[in-house]
Amino acid sequence: MLIVSYFSRTVAAGLLGFFTITNAAPAFFEDTIAQRTLACTACHGPQGRAAPDGYYPRLAGKPAGYLYNQLINFRDGRRHYGLMTQLVDPLSNAYLLEMAQYFSALEVPYPAPLATQASAGVLARGKQLVSQGDPARQVPACVQCHGIALMGVAPHIPGLLGLPRDYLNAQLGAWKTGQRRAHAPDCMKAVVARLGEEDINAMSSWLAAQPLPASTKPASALPALSNGTTAIDCGSAPLAGKP
Amino acid sequence: MSQLKKIMWGAAGGLLGLAALVWLLNTRDEPDLNSPATATPPDSAMVERGAYLARAGNCMSCHTARGGASYAGGRGIATPFGTVYTSNLTPDDATGIGSWSPAHFWRAMHNGRSKDGRLLYPAFPYTNYTQVTREDSDALFAYLKSLTPVAQANQAHALRFPYQSQAALAVWRALYFSPGTYKPDATRNAEWNRGAYLVNGLGHCSACHTARNALGATDGLNLAGGLIPIQNWYAPSLTSPHEAGVGDWSEQDITHLLKDGVSPRASISGPMTEVVLGSTQYLNAQDLSAMAQFLKSLQTTVVTGASTAPTNASDIAVMATSPTAPTGSAPKAVAARGAQLYEQHCTQCHGDNGQGVPHAYPALAGNRAVLMSQTSNLVQTVLSGGYAPATEGNPRPFGMPPYVLVLDDSDIAAVLTHVRRSWGNQASVVSPLEVNRIRANQAR
Repeated sequence: MLIVSYFSRTVAAGLLGFFTITNAAPAFFEDTIAQRTLACTACHGPQGRAAPDGYYPRLAGKPAGYLYNQLINFRDGRRHYGLMTQLVDPLSNAYLLEMAQYFSALEVPYPAPLATQASAGVLARGKQLVSQGDPARQVPACVQCHGIALMGVAPHIPGLLGLPRDYLNAQLGAWKTGQRRAHAPDCMKAVVARLGEEDINAMSSWLAAQPLPASTKPASALPALSNGTTAIDCGSAPLAGKP
Repeated sequence: MSQLKKIMWGAAGGLLGLAALVWLLNTRDEPDLNSPATATPPDSAMVERGAYLARAGNCMSCHTARGGASYAGGRGIATPFGTVYTSNLTPDDATGIGSWSPAHFWRAMHNGRSKDGRLLYPAFPYTNYTQVTREDSDALFAYLKSLTPVAQANQAHALRFPYQSQAALAVWRALYFSPGTYKPDATRNAEWNRGAYLVNGLGHCSACHTARNALGATDGLNLAGGLIPIQNWYAPSLTSPHEAGVGDWSEQDITHLLKDGVSPRASISGPMTEVVLGSTQYLNAQDLSAMAQFLKSLQTTVVTGASTAPTNASDIAVMATSPTAPTGSAPKAVAARGAQLYEQHCTQCHGDNGQGVPHAYPALAGNRAVLMSQTSNLVQTVLSGGYAPATEGNPRPFGMPPYVLVLDDSDIAAVLTHVRRSWGNQASVVSPLEVNRIRANQAR
């Protein structure tokens, strides 16, 4: 319920903002993929840049395979948002992939992170979980899959920086309740199941407060496994050598 | 005393008689399930023809849940009477149609009864499929039997009282359904008759394009347009030149629209998108041309060919009258607001003068989809946006953004009123109430 009410208030405000931006520079018709994805950028911001306080996430620069998988997830009912579902329903896999690749290739500057309200203790807890995980509870570190710089790993694993805290909370919460799913085996589901609400809040608070690194591109390969950790099998990001 | 007894006996007898009549009406024209299966065992050509016919009937779209196994059923069809869940059509013995015979399948298609004898709900459009030939039914069955079995139990329907009862359904069927066969119209050529057979039978176009009464029954197969219950999209009349009649279209433009989802005369949106995606884009040139020929003829003639659906000629005449004349005029403030919103949100794609962009964005000036007296589709389009179906002929469609979170009811009413009354357009104003009604339904 909290998520929903936040969503309707902020999104309405955020969207009105986008339209002001769009209209500041009236575009003329060009037969480009940008033109063909105006239905996306109306909510996700010009060039898919989102907005600092927006609930609609950024698309620009995210790994293409990740964006593509999300489009398929909306279509196949693993993610739920009516507007997205009805937009992608009539489109082919090939076209959805083209859209994903287009947004993935866009290099758009990130906004500075919003000031955090979280206490030092919460942030420390968040940093600890993100970078080390919690081996006692078999919670892997975020960096193990999302990259040391947390900007994701091409082509399937998304970055975790540059996203609003509320968006991160909403996604992790949705995974916990089963509202958001990924291809089986759903590794995120298994990870989130081991996290409590306070863990989620600590991680999202810390992640949302981090400045972006100099290079915001996803890493090209998973980082080396640290001692005592094992690779995680994800249906949405097949390990090298697996079909 | 004896008088009362007489009345009671009479009433009981009457009820029994009525029940017998209902039962009789429900079992008309049923096949002998013990008769031997088709003379020729299915071969690969028959299976292939069945696969094609399954496309013509768009069977998979309804019989597949979102993200689920194809043809394994489980998709909920929302109706004013509750939700009907589609069944598993894969040849799984326990949960699908693995244990069915061709005669069982034929009885479902032709008579609307399941293998176990249950009466089927007409959300499965056997009111249309009853016209499908036994030969086509057998081919469809052969195709379905060739699929990989999927073990997925059927979900029970969630219908309200009394609609959940077989007795109520039997009464409905006695009133509104009788098995029929397609009777070719001898005054028409074979191509026209093929078109009529596809449109009225497997194509089940009347399921949306014909209005439904309070009990969900369509008025025959008149194709004179109808509001799709629950979805609140209006399936425009295929007989009226002011809606979606194609009497003055070239045959090529019609086949183009059905095959590609776009044509120089119109483009596909709303629930019809699913029909192009799952069905008409796969039909061959001859069948599309046959359907076009039949559809073209609807504007000037009465629908024929359906033995079970006598169509009232006066209905057609009513639908052919002009669209609603402009009623009232928008107050100055609304007109100004509409013009301003149009400039802000719509001009970029639809142009300063509602001229659109050829092959990308539809013109709004002179567009009958904009001018129809029924405004549900316009409101739906502005609220939800959408893409035309991606097809072989139009693989990368352009799209419209949703405005549901950007514009409130009075804004949408104002901008639609502007669009309906500018550049020579002269349709009625749209009220915030009309917008609110659709928005409230969407939010459910």
